[in-house]
Amino acid sequence: MKILVGYKRVVDYNVRIQVKPDGTGVVTDGVKLSANPFDDIALEEALRLREKGIAEEVVVVGIGPADLTAHLRNGLAMGANRAIHVTTADAVQPLTAARVLQKLVEKEQPGLVLLGKQAIDDDANQTGQMLAALWDRPQATFASKLEIADGKATVTREVDAGLETIEVDLPAVVTSDLRLNEPRFIKLPDIMKAKSKPIDVIELASLGVDSGDHLKTTHYAAPARRSKGVMVKDAAELVAALKQKGLL
Amino acid sequence: MSKILVIAEHLDGKLNSTTARAVSAAAAMKPEAIDVLVLADNVATLSAEAAKIDGVSRVLTVERAENAHPLAAVLAPQIAKVAAGYSHVFAPSTTFGKDVAPRVAALLGVAQVSDVMSVEGSHSFKRPIYAGNAIVTVEADPSHAVVATIRTASWPVAASGASSAPVEALSLDVTLPTHTRYIGLASGKSDRPDLQSASKVVSGGRGVGSKENFDIIFKLADKLGAAVGASRAAVDAGYVPSDLQVGQTGKIIAPELYMAIGISGAIQHLTGIKDAGTIVAINKDGEAPIFEVADFGLIGDLFKLIPELETALS
Repeated sequence: MKILVGYKRVVDYNVRIQVKPDGTGVVTDGVKLSANPFDDIALEEALRLREKGIAEEVVVVGIGPADLTAHLRNGLAMGANRAIHVTTADAVQPLTAARVLQKLVEKEQPGLVLLGKQAIDDDANQTGQMLAALWDRPQATFASKLEIADGKATVTREVDAGLETIEVDLPAVVTSDLRLNEPRFIKLPDIMKAKSKPIDVIELASLGVDSGDHLKTTHYAAPARRSKGVMVKDAAELVAALKQKGLL
Repeated sequence: MSKILVIAEHLDGKLNSTTARAVSAAAAMKPEAIDVLVLADNVATLSAEAAKIDGVSRVLTVERAENAHPLAAVLAPQIAKVAAGYSHVFAPSTTFGKDVAPRVAALLGVAQVSDVMSVEGSHSFKRPIYAGNAIVTVEADPSHAVVATIRTASWPVAASGASSAPVEALSLDVTLPTHTRYIGLASGKSDRPDLQSASKVVSGGRGVGSKENFDIIFKLADKLGAAVGASRAAVDAGYVPSDLQVGQTGKIIAPELYMAIGISGAIQHLTGIKDAGTIVAINKDGEAPIFEVADFGLIGDLFKLIPELETALS
């Protein structure tokens, strides 16, 4: 089985996001970029499936500008067999990303597509579900456990009501939640090895995909700040204060 | 004028209050109609509940055995079919809505607006990005239907009881897939209020120290009639199951009273509570970031302070 893994580059999760004073975006110049944490988890899961002998090949996919190559090399260093770089100067929205992935799915015929449940930049949480719809295949989102046997995946999903288990026929789209696994660290020799692994470069325009970028972001603002409150000296004072507000 | 289809969320034969929150967002659009779509294996009770929500024009039902469980692959083609004729399709931004809505959007060939915090116009919305560290205004293309998920913490539960909208049963000619099968749900169900909708929440963090120690949080919550939540650190440490997690990757909640106990206040946790009415923080570290957002802060050992709190409450 071949596994396709979405591997998006985002502003590193440790960066404190600053909105530009003119409201045209967030500051990204000189800011550290990293793999979307949920995508790292998706890739780790794919690698583990390969190590268990369930998958033979793991392919990471990135959509973005020319300098995305370095990011895809990280995915290769982590252990992916090869990478596909779909080049485009502009960031794409989830529907476009899903349409691009659908084209790659048609070409690559994977048994499983693993994606992060959401990217931590736009927090859209859409691409996996959209791909599954376009491909007319099952989806198992927010996965915290994945077992594959006999052409089926049994997936435990983190839902609001608890842990839901579903069974899906393969091929399918699975999106990772936080507790699916802990991604491995990249070791130096793996970085060297990754240099010789292949990266297919495909121009987005050549895929014949209709743009799904229907949303226009017109303004960025910093969130309203909660003001700092008061410190109380003991439990009795706290209870009195809450009673005064009618909360107890 | 807008015509809005709201997808009802339900569990165990009961309508989830997130449905009425999505209706609130729909009402903010001042639309021509708000229709609620109930997909279930048994729609009678659910549709009666939905019909009572203020602002609802009609309740549409699709009763099929396949709709017994919320499987996105099964529900989405039915929703997409009903969506024809609507300008907007809204679902709550819960794990249910997040799962099904993008599948509907893709079937309709339209983009989705996730986590709507406010309505600025018929095709203009505010939503959070970067874990709520920036708020963007997005304009949807007016030539397409808009599929959106509604950030439940930003919207009140629409009042219920005074109205009684008509209920119409639909029979849809849609072939449903069999490639996705429901196995089961393990829920940490209890008699306590539901975390997502409770007016009071008591949460514990890493400072609580162990699974056994978490009893002190449950006890205080019971005393207050509050739901119990937890920080990601407490969940990762195995003190409580993941469905209690509050924060960006857990539940985003807006109770009237939120008590954070032994929680330092990582950004991802604060994202989950910033719409709370009043935040109380109890932590032994006076420098903890939770105190920056707390309305009332109390520095000290939680194992000493909680019993004192219980005494003061009695």
